[in-house]
Amino acid sequence: MAQYKLVTCTINGKKRSAMVDVRASLTDMLRNDYGLTSVKKGCEVGECGACAVIIDGESFNSCIYLAIWADGKNITTLEGLTHEDGTLSDIQQAFVDETAIQCGFCSPGFMIEAESFLQNGKIYTDDELRKLLSGHLCRCTGYENILRAVKKVMHSRAEKC
Amino acid sequence: MIVGKSYKRVDAYDKATGRTKYTEDLCDRHALVAKIKHSNVAHAIVKSVDISEAEKVPGVVKVLTCFDAPDFLFPTAGHPWSTEESHQDVCDRNVLTKHVRYYGDDVAAVVAEDDIAANRAIKLIKVEYEVLPFVLDVQEAMKDGAPQIHEKYKNNVLAHTQNKKGNYEEAIKEPGLIKVEGWYETPTVQHCHIENFICYAWEENGRINIVSSTQIPHITKRCVCQALGVEWGRVRLVKPYIGGGFGNKQDALYEPLCAWLTTQVGGRLVKLDCQREETFANNRVRHSIRYHLISWVKEDGTLVARKVECFSNQGAYASHGHSICAKGLGSFNQLYPCENFEGDGWTIFTNRQVAGAMRGYGMPQATFAIEAHTEDICTRLNLDPVAYRRKTVMPVGYVDAFSKNELYSDTFNQTLDKGIKYIDFERKRKEYANQTGDIRRGVGVSFFWYNTAVWPIALETSSCRMVMNQDGSVQVQLGETEIGQGADTAYTQMAAETLGLPFEKVHVVSCQDTDVTPYGTGAYASRQTYTAGMGVRGCAEAFKKHLLEVAYRYTRMQTYLMDIKDGNIIRTTDGRVLMTLGDLAMHVLYSHEQNEHLTMEKTSQIKSNAYSFGCCLAEVEVDIPMCHVKLLNIVNVHDAGTLINPALAEAQVHGGMSMGIGFALSEKMLYDEKTGKLLNGNLLDYKLSTMMDHPHLEAQFVENPEPTSAYGTKGLGEPPVCPVASAIRNAVLNATGVAFNEIPIRPHLLYEKFAEAGLF
Repeated sequence: MAQYKLVTCTINGKKRSAMVDVRASLTDMLRNDYGLTSVKKGCEVGECGACAVIIDGESFNSCIYLAIWADGKNITTLEGLTHEDGTLSDIQQAFVDETAIQCGFCSPGFMIEAESFLQNGKIYTDDELRKLLSGHLCRCTGYENILRAVKKVMHSRAEKC
Repeated sequence: MIVGKSYKRVDAYDKATGRTKYTEDLCDRHALVAKIKHSNVAHAIVKSVDISEAEKVPGVVKVLTCFDAPDFLFPTAGHPWSTEESHQDVCDRNVLTKHVRYYGDDVAAVVAEDDIAANRAIKLIKVEYEVLPFVLDVQEAMKDGAPQIHEKYKNNVLAHTQNKKGNYEEAIKEPGLIKVEGWYETPTVQHCHIENFICYAWEENGRINIVSSTQIPHITKRCVCQALGVEWGRVRLVKPYIGGGFGNKQDALYEPLCAWLTTQVGGRLVKLDCQREETFANNRVRHSIRYHLISWVKEDGTLVARKVECFSNQGAYASHGHSICAKGLGSFNQLYPCENFEGDGWTIFTNRQVAGAMRGYGMPQATFAIEAHTEDICTRLNLDPVAYRRKTVMPVGYVDAFSKNELYSDTFNQTLDKGIKYIDFERKRKEYANQTGDIRRGVGVSFFWYNTAVWPIALETSSCRMVMNQDGSVQVQLGETEIGQGADTAYTQMAAETLGLPFEKVHVVSCQDTDVTPYGTGAYASRQTYTAGMGVRGCAEAFKKHLLEVAYRYTRMQTYLMDIKDGNIIRTTDGRVLMTLGDLAMHVLYSHEQNEHLTMEKTSQIKSNAYSFGCCLAEVEVDIPMCHVKLLNIVNVHDAGTLINPALAEAQVHGGMSMGIGFALSEKMLYDEKTGKLLNGNLLDYKLSTMMDHPHLEAQFVENPEPTSAYGTKGLGEPPVCPVASAIRNAVLNATGVAFNEIPIRPHLLYEKFAEAGLF
């Protein structure tokens, strides 16, 4: 029989609590209990990266992260990058402007990943960026415009630092 | 001009925020869950299915087997219906089968309250099989005495067609001809859209409703009706945003089964969500095709006679069947015309999973064969591969007798010139001659041939509806679907262009609902900008004419003195703005004298078609001891006519090139010879390219407006994948002197061939 546990965590800046099936993944919790549909299911075994979220500053595949492990953690999903007034963050805007989005299913994972490593204004080489983003699969874009968008944000953030 | 500008995608904001709703996001979370019992044998007759233990699992609502399934055979291919029986797709499937034809075939299903109960019950279903011998290889399947997979198809031949011109047998008697012969083989690969296939279904007011991740809502609806044996108005299918399709979702996948399951549980909501492993093992794949080419050439390379045999591995069910093999076969003697040609195409059933449509529809396979073979001719005769291609490729003015397609422009030379310049081909070709050592570089080239849309083989039509709002903005509805390529944005630009509206005042309704969306066949054959372009223009021209007639009531100006520009009705003689479209819409909608709902609906049947051509050039570095090919540089150059949205066009090309790189270097589905089981059906073991596996992807264009097209455009969705594998293969040949006639060129194959060539 299913067992439930109270999981309290911060999601996109707000303290949230829910009783969660102990077998549930963080993906399930974020989608089913909080309606955060940016967290996508592409494989559910940690291969494709579509479900990525930031947990305490680091990007994780939420499909292979148990919901109960999230207790006490600070979680950011793509919804958390969008400003309160609906305007887009620099990463989201760059993905729009650089035509880095096609079907859109892998896009949240890429944007979350980029956000996780572009927080400190560091400049990476192309090879480093390709490696940092290689845990995310995309079949539409050939990754070309995604890389372009991430580089654009990286340089503009570095200038501001 | 609105057409031709790189507007941002109309769906970009929602996709960038994660708000866009895909099928699973829309499904009520209390839906029942369906899971499928897949066979663990490749070929068998189901003797019995014991569901007694499965039914006891708490949470299980219903367990159904192949013995419960309706007896109606149905087709799955995303082809338009034909009223001529001989042109209809093969009906060879039931929603659950008593005759297992591949490892993973669907024999039973469970409907339960949640995933866990459903999965537990699936494991407890006991199936008793009468196991039959199976066959995986095309040549083996064609032999007398091979396992018979479908009753009606002797030697497992689904179809065999021939293309003939001149007299091959006589022509090869000419003295002094050189014979160049080769076998070429392409792998089975999967589409790997990131959203797995998913659908859900329920009954409402006596009708079956389905929401599905599909490219072809109207066609799938019809396939479901055939599968369930119900009248074609009994089913409604809704297509929301989808997370990629690439042809896999140009097939009725599990919509028929899901629709049947809801009818078996009192019409309750049932969700059928494929796992990634099921997407690999139980959806569709690209046909693996084996080609045998024989060319008889003069010393200067002049083609005198050519023979082509294509053996296409269909797998267990017909799906898109012979159309894929046939499309490829048709290209050989068009790309490089030869007076004496004999072509045979065979599509053969085997006990492998089902091959269907996949981006390129037979052309990536055929292009690999013909362009590898063309390079082999050049190597054999020591001819320059660029000069030889320029000399032998389809000439300007060429008209295909069947499709009436014409090559209007010097596309091949124009695209090739750009590609050569970008890669610096000629200089590198010289530089890379006579290399020795462990690390060697090479450059390669390939053309491709691609036919937009499906006329005259099948119906081509696009219907469009436009409805005006009070503010003068317009909703546009089409049956042609957005699947990630940017179709909605292109339609927005086209409609705005013809109606005379600003881009922002056109709202394309992205979702197709077969109850309300005008008939259109969907996303395939790189048809949509071409055919839906005609649908949009046909409707927009009629709507504009009508709006001006209505405007006459208020402006008292003759319609020929008026036009619509930037959302205003203007007088053409002096450019004066007479009224805004918003004013017109308000007056007409709320008029007490002559009220009208401003709308237009038109069907455009399309009886033309267009060639879409271009090339790929690639540069590789081969590490011989490490058996590793590194792609250094790659460029695709396309002539897709006028580009509706250059930024989106470029993005399409990137995606196709990426798929072509995987086809060339890493992707291949492996099957266990002893059981027929797929061995690498997950994203870890199946080597889909990551960002680390690509260099910069360069996409360039030549824009020769297509004369037969409403907006000068023609196919671009599929062509980018077609020439990539052959260009890379030819670059590896240039680097190492080793001709790879099989792809993907992975370390296993490199080791084998380099050892054979004595390179170690």
